Amino acid sequence: MTHKAQWFADVDVSAWIGPYPFRDVPHPDPEVLVRVLERERIQRAWVGWLPGVWHRDPSAGNERLRRALAPFAGQLLAAPAVRPDWPGWQRVLSRELEMGVGCIRAYPAQWGYAPGDESLTRLARGCSEAGVPLHLTVRFEDVRQRHRLDSAGDLMAASVRAVARAGTRCTLVISGAGREFIEEVWWGLTPEEQQYLRFDFGWVWGPPDDHFAHLARTVEPSAWVLGSQWPLRLVQQSRALYELLPALLRQSLSFTGRRRDP
Amino acid sequence: MKEVKPVEPEHGTPLAGNEPLIDVHAHFHSDLSGRADWGAYNASRLHAGERIGVIAHVASILGSWGHTSPTYFSSPADLTHANDWMRAFAERDRLAMGIAQPRLFSYVAINPNYADHALHEITRGVAAGAVGVKIAASRKADDALLDDIARLAAEHQLPILHHVWQDRRREWPGQDASDGVELVRLAQRHPDTRFLLAHIGGGGDYAHTLHAARDAQNVFVDLSGSGIDRGMMDATIEAFGAERVCWAADLTLCTGLTKAWALDAIGLTDAQLTDIRWRNGVRLFPRARFTVGDRVLSA
Repeated sequence: MTHKAQWFADVDVSAWIGPYPFRDVPHPDPEVLVRVLERERIQRAWVGWLPGVWHRDPSAGNERLRRALAPFAGQLLAAPAVRPDWPGWQRVLSRELEMGVGCIRAYPAQWGYAPGDESLTRLARGCSEAGVPLHLTVRFEDVRQRHRLDSAGDLMAASVRAVARAGTRCTLVISGAGREFIEEVWWGLTPEEQQYLRFDFGWVWGPPDDHFAHLARTVEPSAWVLGSQWPLRLVQQSRALYELLPALLRQSLSFTGRRRDP
Repeated sequence: MKEVKPVEPEHGTPLAGNEPLIDVHAHFHSDLSGRADWGAYNASRLHAGERIGVIAHVASILGSWGHTSPTYFSSPADLTHANDWMRAFAERDRLAMGIAQPRLFSYVAINPNYADHALHEITRGVAAGAVGVKIAASRKADDALLDDIARLAAEHQLPILHHVWQDRRREWPGQDASDGVELVRLAQRHPDTRFLLAHIGGGGDYAHTLHAARDAQNVFVDLSGSGIDRGMMDATIEAFGAERVCWAADLTLCTGLTKAWALDAIGLTDAQLTDIRWRNGVRLFPRARFTVGDRVLSA
């Protein structure tokens, strides 16, 4: 099989559709995402509703997400947001699960949760019982370029450690973390706790500092998943990072053929 | 710690394709950089460049990178050492590669606060083969201290690569950063000098820079930086035209490769791609002789 014919990844775990509140993003539409995935040899994506990140109530955004993704079922899987500090969140979660999801997204920084917030642990427990991952986003843009109204700040590593230590057995997918964040979480957990962590590596730097090569040597291969943060960032970045790894490390990582998604 | 022997190249087509790529914004470290892995860092940059298909790195060393003076406020002594080291490193690399023409080209890195030293370094650098001037963030770009530097650069046909914080709305610690507005003020005072506005993806709001610098015809822009915002390259090329945009990597070759791939996907003509990948580099650096094998690249 030729290099080009192979799938590079089964799933992009970190995509959105919809406009971004703080700058114009070209064509944040599902039909464009589908074409990008095919070009980049990624079979499907977990897709959130981007403007909903900054809505107090994510429900309406989840509904718009469902309608937009309906023509692309099978390739674009919904990643709805569930806000576990609001009344009736269990009902929202159940309804979303019934409709089918790739994962459940939560935005603790935008919702004002401090590290250790009990509601996030409850959501993780609910996701675990349903067998779906909980997806957390560290950042959306580089801190140096953020709009002055985008003041929530980055997700803290302490938040991830707290929910990972709660014993929920929920798979946590962490998107947008750099080397320091990943190491602070990974080495701050027991081996038992580590096995439920997945990191997308799109914000980890490659050569010449070679942070990704270092992490690929020190963190379990099964912890790595592909996530693009499309439409904010160029999808090619994960493949670039992978291709620039030393050959032996490339062989140790695979984003296809897993028995199930992360 | 010493220099690390380059890793054996992996065979096959370069990741960014066969057409040449010139990295107009590269950095290396010297033995005085204060990090034990400086040799591995340099080797990694060269190896990744080979994998990507970079045929030339136009590079500088920012003093001691903070070890004995601050990165963006480098002392004259650190800059002299860094400039000497960069040129010697380029020659050692040429000899090690067994090639007639170098693949590493040197900027003269200067601190405008030490005006006499800066001018002396440029003169010394030109005599030793330097092809451009690198100004980081020791003084605002529109300061009168840069005028003699800009004049001397024009006299020697040296473009000035200037570190820019896109839309600097306040002072940031560790640097006296300039933004596009400030660089354009300098460029307007020196229409015969060519400026390369650094790293459109390197932090801040690039959209501001597009408005600030699009009409300054002697200002070029490089695509480097860790930022890979979707739409950023399209908007930059639309604002400046492909003939004033250069591919580059700066500190992250991974985002450089991503941008090289993205250039293929945003609907550019072959001529535009050639401009951005290498032809603008050839135009900007008349003192450099960029080669691919025996072929000398010409604009």
